[in-house]
Amino acid sequence: MEQTFDLHWIDYAIMLIYFVFVLGIGWVLKRYMKDANAFLEAGRSMPAWVAGLAFISTNLGALEVMGMTGSGAKYGMLTTHFYWVGAIPAMIFLAIFMMPFYYGSKARSVPEYLKLRFDEKTRGLNAILFAVMTILASGISMYALAILMEKVLGWDFNLSLILSAAIVLGYTYLGGLSSAIYNEVLQFFIIVIGLFPIVFLALKEVGGWDGLQESLAPIVTDKGLAADAFTSTWKYTGTAKANPLGVEWYGIFAGLGFVLSFGYWCTNFLIVQRAMAAESPVAARKTPLIGAIPKMFIPFLIIVPGIVALVLMNDPTKGFSITDPTTGQTNYDLTIIMLLKHYLPAGVLGLGLTALLASFMSGMAGNVSAFNTVWTYDIYQSYIRPATNDPEVDSKHYLKVGRLATIFGVLVSIAAAYLAGLFGNIMDFLQTIFSMINAPLFAVIALGMFWKRTTGHAAFIGLLAGFIIALLHHGLTAPEGATTLVKGGWLGVVHVYPVEMAQNFWTAIFAFVSSFSITIGLSLATKKNKTDEELVGLVYSLTPRENFNDGKWISRPSTLAWIVGIILIVLTILFW
Amino acid sequence: MLDIRIPIGLLFSVLGVLVFVFGMATLSDAQMYAKSLQININIWSGVFMAVFGGGMLLWSKMSKKKK
Repeated sequence: MEQTFDLHWIDYAIMLIYFVFVLGIGWVLKRYMKDANAFLEAGRSMPAWVAGLAFISTNLGALEVMGMTGSGAKYGMLTTHFYWVGAIPAMIFLAIFMMPFYYGSKARSVPEYLKLRFDEKTRGLNAILFAVMTILASGISMYALAILMEKVLGWDFNLSLILSAAIVLGYTYLGGLSSAIYNEVLQFFIIVIGLFPIVFLALKEVGGWDGLQESLAPIVTDKGLAADAFTSTWKYTGTAKANPLGVEWYGIFAGLGFVLSFGYWCTNFLIVQRAMAAESPVAARKTPLIGAIPKMFIPFLIIVPGIVALVLMNDPTKGFSITDPTTGQTNYDLTIIMLLKHYLPAGVLGLGLTALLASFMSGMAGNVSAFNTVWTYDIYQSYIRPATNDPEVDSKHYLKVGRLATIFGVLVSIAAAYLAGLFGNIMDFLQTIFSMINAPLFAVIALGMFWKRTTGHAAFIGLLAGFIIALLHHGLTAPEGATTLVKGGWLGVVHVYPVEMAQNFWTAIFAFVSSFSITIGLSLATKKNKTDEELVGLVYSLTPRENFNDGKWISRPSTLAWIVGIILIVLTILFW
Repeated sequence: MLDIRIPIGLLFSVLGVLVFVFGMATLSDAQMYAKSLQININIWSGVFMAVFGGGMLLWSKMSKKKK
C-alpha cells in the first residue's frame, strides 16, 4: 500500500467551513445558557425531529462508522442485525413504553430515575459506573480516529487529537446540551451526504446489488460458505457455522435483539438524554421513532460499502487494500477511510473526511454532555454539595459546575485516549467490563417500571449481582483462538465460544437473566420502600393513562411506531 | 431559541456552491475523476447540497410565516 496521500486545498477549506459552523452554533447558543437547566437539559425545548435526529446521530460515532463498515467486510449483510433486529425494536419499546416514565417522572437523568423509583444507593452505583464508562468510551474513540488520521492522512496524532477535542469542548462549553444536540443534527446530515458518494460509486463499480452478489460468490464459497451467505440476513442462521457471524438465530434474537440492544437503547443515558430534552411528552415519545426511520437505512450507507470493499480487496486489479501500514496486518477499521481514498477525488473527499470528523464529534459531544449532567446532578449534587433552599443561587452554582465538568470530561477523555494508545488492551478490557452494566440495568429498570412490587434493596443487589455474574461469565469463557486474557478466560476457561460475538451475546444473556430473577426474588423477600403515592408517574400500573396521543391519528406516536414496524418487516423480507 | 434549519441550510448552500464551482473548474480533468469512474462527482454533490441547503432555508422561512 502506498503511504499517506496529500489533500487538495479545497478539502481543507470544506473542513474549515464545517468547523466554523459547528463553533458558530455554540456561540449563538451561549446567551441562552443562563442556568443549569438550560445548560444540562437543553431546557426541555427540542422539537421531536431535532431530538430524533440527534438521538441516532450521537450513536453514529466514529467507532460505529468505522466498526460497521469493517463488519460489513467481515460479516456481510448479517451486520444489519445490529440495526434491524438490534436497535429498531428496542427504540420502539423505549418510545412507546418507557419514555412516558423517563420524561413524566421529571427525572433529569437515568440515574435520577433510579433514585426516584428505588433509592439513593442504586442511583449512586449506576451514576458512578456510567460516568467512568462514558469517559472511557470517549477517550477510546478519540484514540481510534486520531490514529487512523495519522496512518492514512499523515496528520500528526497529537495535533488532530487536541484540535478535535478543543472544537468539541468549544461548542459544548458554550452551548451545553442544546449545542451538542443541534450540532448532532448538522453532523447527521454531513455524515449522510458526505458518505453517500461512496455508496453510489461502490455499487456502480460492481454493477449494483446483483453485480455485488455475483462478484461475492467466488470469494464467499472460498470461505466455505454458501454463495449468497454475505448478502442474506437470516437465511443461513439455522446453524452457527453456516453464516459468517458464527451465531445461530436464537443467539442473535436473544443476545443481540433482546438483551444487548434493549440494554443499550433503553437505559443508556447518553441516548435517552436526547429524548428527555424534547419539548413535550408526545415529542419525547416520538424522538426514538423519528430517529428509527433514518436508522433503518444507515446500513446501506455504511455496511454496504464495506461489503463492496471485500470484493475490491479480492481483486488485485483494483489496488485496494486494508493492510495496516504499521503492523502489516489486515485492519478492518481502515475500511471506511480506504474507501474514501479509493473513490473520492478532491472536493467530495474533503466532504467524506468531514463526515468522519463529524461522526467523531457527535459521538464525543454526546459522551461529554451526558457525563457532565450525571456528574453535576447525580454525583456532585447528591454527595458533594446538596441543593440549598435558594433555587436561584443553586441553579447558577450548578451551571458553573456543569461547565467545569465539561472541561474536566474533555481533559480526562484526552488522557484516556493516550492511555488507550499505551495500554490498548487494558482500555478495551475496561470498556468491555463497564458495558456489562447495561444488561442488568435494563432488567432492573424494566422491573421497576412495570412491577410496582420491585424494591430498592432488590434493585441494588440485582444490579450488582448481574454485573458480577457478567464478569464471571467473561472470566470463565473465551472465544476460540483467543490469545490474550482481555477477550475472556482470565479465571480459567470453562467454555469456548466459536466467535467473540457469541461470547458477548451470552455474557449479556447471563447477566440479564440472573439480574432479573434475583431482583424478583429479593423484591418478594424485602419490604416495599416506596408507597404507591410516591410511585405515581414512575410505575406503569400506578400512573393514570394521560392523553399521550393528542392530535390527529396521523401524528400520534403509535401511528409512527406502526410505520416504523412495517418498514422494518419489509426490509427484513427483502434481504432475508 | 436558534432555528437549526438556518445554520444547516447556510452550511450546505455554501458547501454546495463551493463544491459545484470546483467541479466545473475541474471539468476537463479526466485523470482526477478516474477514481470516481469518470463521473464528475463534485458537480452532482454540489448541486445536491445546494438544493438541500436551499430547501432547509425555505422550510425554516415557511414555518416562521405560519406562526
